[in-house]
Amino acid sequence: MPGNSVLELKNITKSYFGNTVLKGINLSVKPGEIHAVVGENGAGKSTLMNLIFGMPVIHETGGFEGEIFMDGQAVKIDSPRQAMELGIGMVHQEFMLIPGFTVMENIKLNREPTKPNPVSKILGPSMETLDYQAMSHDSKTALEKLGLEIDESAYVSRLPVGYMQFVEIAREIDKKNARLIVFDEPTAVLAESEAEHLIAAMKRLAEQGIAILFITHRLDEVMACSDTITILRDGELVKTLVRKETSVEQIAELMVGRKVERGHLPPRSVEPSDDDIILELKDLTVEMPGERVRGLDLKVRRGEILGIGGLAGQGKVGIANGVMGLYPATGEVIIDGKALKLNDPKAALDARMAFVSEDRRGVGLLLDESVAVNIVLSSVEAQNKFLRRTIIPGVRLLDQKAVREYAMKIIKDLDIRCTGPNQPVRRLSGGNQQKVCLARAFSLQPEILWVSEPTRGIDIGAKQLVLDLLVQFNREYGMTIIMTSSELNELRRICDRIALVYRGKVAGILKPDASDVDFGLMISGKQPVKEVG
Amino acid sequence: MNEPKITPQTLPEKTAGQVKTGKKFEGIMGELYVPLFFAVLCLLGIVAAGLNPRFLLNEIIIRLARNSFLVLSLIIPVIAGLGLNFGIVIGAMSGQAALIIITHLEIGGLPGFLLAALISVPFALITGYLTGLVLNRAKGREMVTGYILGFFANGVYQLIFLVLVGTLIPMSNPKMMLSSGIGLRNTIDLIAINKALDNALLSSVRLGAFKIPWATFLAIGLLCLFTSYFTKTKLGQQMRAVGQDRHIAAVSGINVDRIRLIAIMISTVLGAWGQLIYLQNIGTFNTYNSHEQVGMFSIAAILIGGASISKATIWNALVGVLLFHTLFVVSPLAGQRILGIPQVGEYFRSFLAYGIIAVALALHAWQTKKKAASREKE
Amino acid sequence: MELNMSKIKRLCSPDHLRNFYEKFGLPRLIISLFLLGLFILAFIMKMDLTILLSASLDRIGMNGLLVLAMLPTLVTGVGLNFGLPVGFVCGLVGGVISLEYNLTGFTGLFTAMLCALPLAILTGYLYAALLERVRGQEMMVGTYVGFAVVAGMCIFWLTAPFRNPSMVWAIGGTGVRVTITLYEHYSRILNDFLAFKLFGVTIPTGLLLFFGFFCWLAHLFFRTRTGMAMVATGANPMYAMSSGINVRRMRYISVMLSNTLAAIGAIVYAQSYGFLQLYTAPLYMAFPAVAAALIGGATLKKATVGHIIIGVVLFQTLLTIALPITQTVLQGTDISEIARMIISNGMILYALTRTERG
Repeated sequence: MPGNSVLELKNITKSYFGNTVLKGINLSVKPGEIHAVVGENGAGKSTLMNLIFGMPVIHETGGFEGEIFMDGQAVKIDSPRQAMELGIGMVHQEFMLIPGFTVMENIKLNREPTKPNPVSKILGPSMETLDYQAMSHDSKTALEKLGLEIDESAYVSRLPVGYMQFVEIAREIDKKNARLIVFDEPTAVLAESEAEHLIAAMKRLAEQGIAILFITHRLDEVMACSDTITILRDGELVKTLVRKETSVEQIAELMVGRKVERGHLPPRSVEPSDDDIILELKDLTVEMPGERVRGLDLKVRRGEILGIGGLAGQGKVGIANGVMGLYPATGEVIIDGKALKLNDPKAALDARMAFVSEDRRGVGLLLDESVAVNIVLSSVEAQNKFLRRTIIPGVRLLDQKAVREYAMKIIKDLDIRCTGPNQPVRRLSGGNQQKVCLARAFSLQPEILWVSEPTRGIDIGAKQLVLDLLVQFNREYGMTIIMTSSELNELRRICDRIALVYRGKVAGILKPDASDVDFGLMISGKQPVKEVG
Repeated sequence: MNEPKITPQTLPEKTAGQVKTGKKFEGIMGELYVPLFFAVLCLLGIVAAGLNPRFLLNEIIIRLARNSFLVLSLIIPVIAGLGLNFGIVIGAMSGQAALIIITHLEIGGLPGFLLAALISVPFALITGYLTGLVLNRAKGREMVTGYILGFFANGVYQLIFLVLVGTLIPMSNPKMMLSSGIGLRNTIDLIAINKALDNALLSSVRLGAFKIPWATFLAIGLLCLFTSYFTKTKLGQQMRAVGQDRHIAAVSGINVDRIRLIAIMISTVLGAWGQLIYLQNIGTFNTYNSHEQVGMFSIAAILIGGASISKATIWNALVGVLLFHTLFVVSPLAGQRILGIPQVGEYFRSFLAYGIIAVALALHAWQTKKKAASREKE
Repeated sequence: MELNMSKIKRLCSPDHLRNFYEKFGLPRLIISLFLLGLFILAFIMKMDLTILLSASLDRIGMNGLLVLAMLPTLVTGVGLNFGLPVGFVCGLVGGVISLEYNLTGFTGLFTAMLCALPLAILTGYLYAALLERVRGQEMMVGTYVGFAVVAGMCIFWLTAPFRNPSMVWAIGGTGVRVTITLYEHYSRILNDFLAFKLFGVTIPTGLLLFFGFFCWLAHLFFRTRTGMAMVATGANPMYAMSSGINVRRMRYISVMLSNTLAAIGAIVYAQSYGFLQLYTAPLYMAFPAVAAALIGGATLKKATVGHIIIGVVLFQTLLTIALPITQTVLQGTDISEIARMIISNGMILYALTRTERG
């Protein structure tokens, strides 16, 4: 009975530049229903939400196929404004609140009730004075619906973080026609007890007949409140389940499950083991916004490829950035028994470590400089390579001939497709840019190579080449590689062990051939069935 | 339904503790810091200069009337997050263009002044609109852009009144123009509208020994009322939202660029009127220089009054004018008395004006940086 | 012949033209054409081009170092150094000290520079420390710090304990004069060094060589480890950091370098002009230098020695020849000041409002 649903999506397909991110999604939400949407990063959750909320990014990239129905009526949602008019509200992951405004000013932002005055009769409604009484009254009502007791005239900047989310929700339900509210990972920034309150508030709203779409990756929260659960994987709807008939294990397996093609990797003369630890992290914390590491311990075996996996925001990306001194870190990092000086990129480089950043364009490259400069500059700065003496003692200049020769060689070795060492890297494709990043790190001749998201944003053919290169570095040059990736699949393809990070700590270490259930549970913070040493 | 009510007690203590507002006192002191410092400086200067208090008071009254309107016109762009509007000189130029027209038409007295105010509106709206367009392309760099824009507009202004008038723009008026028949003279006498506003109302009523420009103070009072009313309107609220966070304002459906344009246009019109009030009080004007220092002096004044790049009130403006101009009057004499060199006082004055702006800008940048850093930490 | 034709065809192809245009940039194209137009006009009006060219060369050499002072801060991403007067007054102080001891000739010139150097390095360090704390607002803060320093120095000039009668007011008054002639000391000493005439145009060899020498040094500097670190700092601070570069140190060095160049530039400027101009004269020194750098093609993100040279040549030639030509055409109205204002500020506005590609 389609008329029974507040929102119904039929056969939604969306692609970005030929890359399909949503395939034939069908989904419906009834009034008063809490519908959870779960999936790994890149499963298509946020695209789906952007589409429902009419975000410009969807239309700027060519729109989508399929139909959206509200109350059985086909609707078009081309802008957030239209979505709002249709009664769709959105609670954002980051707070959309103005700190210098009061709670009620935020709740009524740009929807303030006003009173006419003599000036406004001449100059138009935008000169009407604000009706503070009505604003206060409306805000109180909305806050009460949530069961929240705060002074609506308090400044948001003085509220505890946990309250801000509630003010956001109050703003959405204050919209007179609010019927469907989308919660986009609302508990990501909340403490556990705050999250419980939020869940309670969601239930309360559902009881009042508002439909809720709840996007999350926290499986216990899903089990705690949702009526229906939809699982997305690689842009496809895997299954829609009724909560009462399922289990955390089932959801976890469905979230991760896919075939792993682990090719044959060349053997080593000595296999890495716990007897030979090259690097140890003790109680490491890293203040990287959005990817915080909170007291993590990890041991890395000499000569292995260690994978670091986990969901976005859990801190896996922060580890390498902290160890390499790019973000403030505390704790201990011990390399071959010697403590590393933290928060000093030079010290990290001097300890024979190199880093290929996840942020290729932001950290990895000088986009307007040539391929050659990009490859050698770190070596020049950190290791005084590629410099020649001049007649003035102490003054050394870049040895352009040596740079050129070296660049030519490495371009050939790594098969970087470019017109020559002088081409600016901005002109290269993503895959080739990534190879330049790898070449930059390789030129430092590191013993430990940190690689973050090496295949992000590059096409499939190039992905395989990059992974092959890493295996080659590991097997031929004996580099210990620590590879961070959001794609479990690629970690399982080349790593010896995979550490899964949850809430800034290592939740456990798994063999690449461990079961999907184990992986699914561990990335969601659930205790695994068994751990591998 | 017995869900627990969410009150500060039910939340973990760590977060609930933040609600305390112990910083309030510190905040007020921080705001008063600058004006207090300058008040002390003024007092020292007054003592050092050994000025006749009557002369001083009289000077201050004149200067309050002359400058307050201009300084008040800076408030609205600050609210809209555009910072201190260095482009105010463009408003001043628009006002002067109107003055040139009425002087040419030989319409004097209050009607002439009011006509100039009317004529300046379309000029200021157009130049303000153009200023806004440029500033919208330079988000985050509005002040330096507005500042340079002032110089640029000055070039265009000179091109019009020094080269084009008498060539492309037909005009002949030997009294106002250079002997070559091209371009305006360097100074234009404003006898016709001299003190036209100052003396428009109750000009014979004195307050004790002092002559008060009642009508001018009325205009300033009206502008104060308008400014405080404006912040309570729908448009004013939108401006505050844009000023606090452009992104969030845009997400809530506010047309950010449009609001910024309006703020600059209002400020430009007010600046034009402010310059008219200023010039009718002075009585003559330097065709090519009168506007040049307007921006700097107004901005220095409002900063001395305790405003910052992101916060400015009517009181900041008025107190600032009072303090800045007291210093202005006092410092050359103090310099004369202390060191025997009057220029020391003059240079000290400009040193203060430049210095206060530099310090205010530096403090603002510093705080923004710290705030951003602490936000990242959260 | 056929080969030539195909080459010309290729050069004139829309693609090539477009590429050329993009590289050259619209503002530079307009200004070059404008300049060309002025030269043609001067030729038609039968004006003495040799005088115009001599004057242009003078002005180029005179301003060159001040424009070059923009380079270090642009390269490291600190932006346009609107605080140029800070370094400039250091140069003036050096000049005055050298005068106080009545030093003449190259001794006088180099003593002035040597005295200015430590001052410029010290104030440069302090100025750098300030700019580091106000990152994002460097230009505006720099402008007003420059103004405040000039105003503060005015008090210094008034009260400074200099005694040499050629510098202090002849009768009464305290402090140093507003303009001090260098006629008996080192006026035009660089200009006249090895100067010769070529087709009637006077070439100020020493002056141009001096500027050229510094450009060459700058060029070499960007191939040293420190120089490359500065380029990386400006192009991508995170890349620089991850390469073990101390980006803060690089920014400090760049501001100090810029300040030092400004100080030396002030002395070169003064010797070429023949006078030391004190008090409020240095107030707006930064603007023509900033405009020249931008006209040369430098942006807030990237700048090279080439941009500086092209910029100073285009801008100063324009200013030098615009004055006599427009005066002849417009019968007495001086449009050069107006043109300077519109062009230089227009150029800065263009740079400020350009949307940077990511």
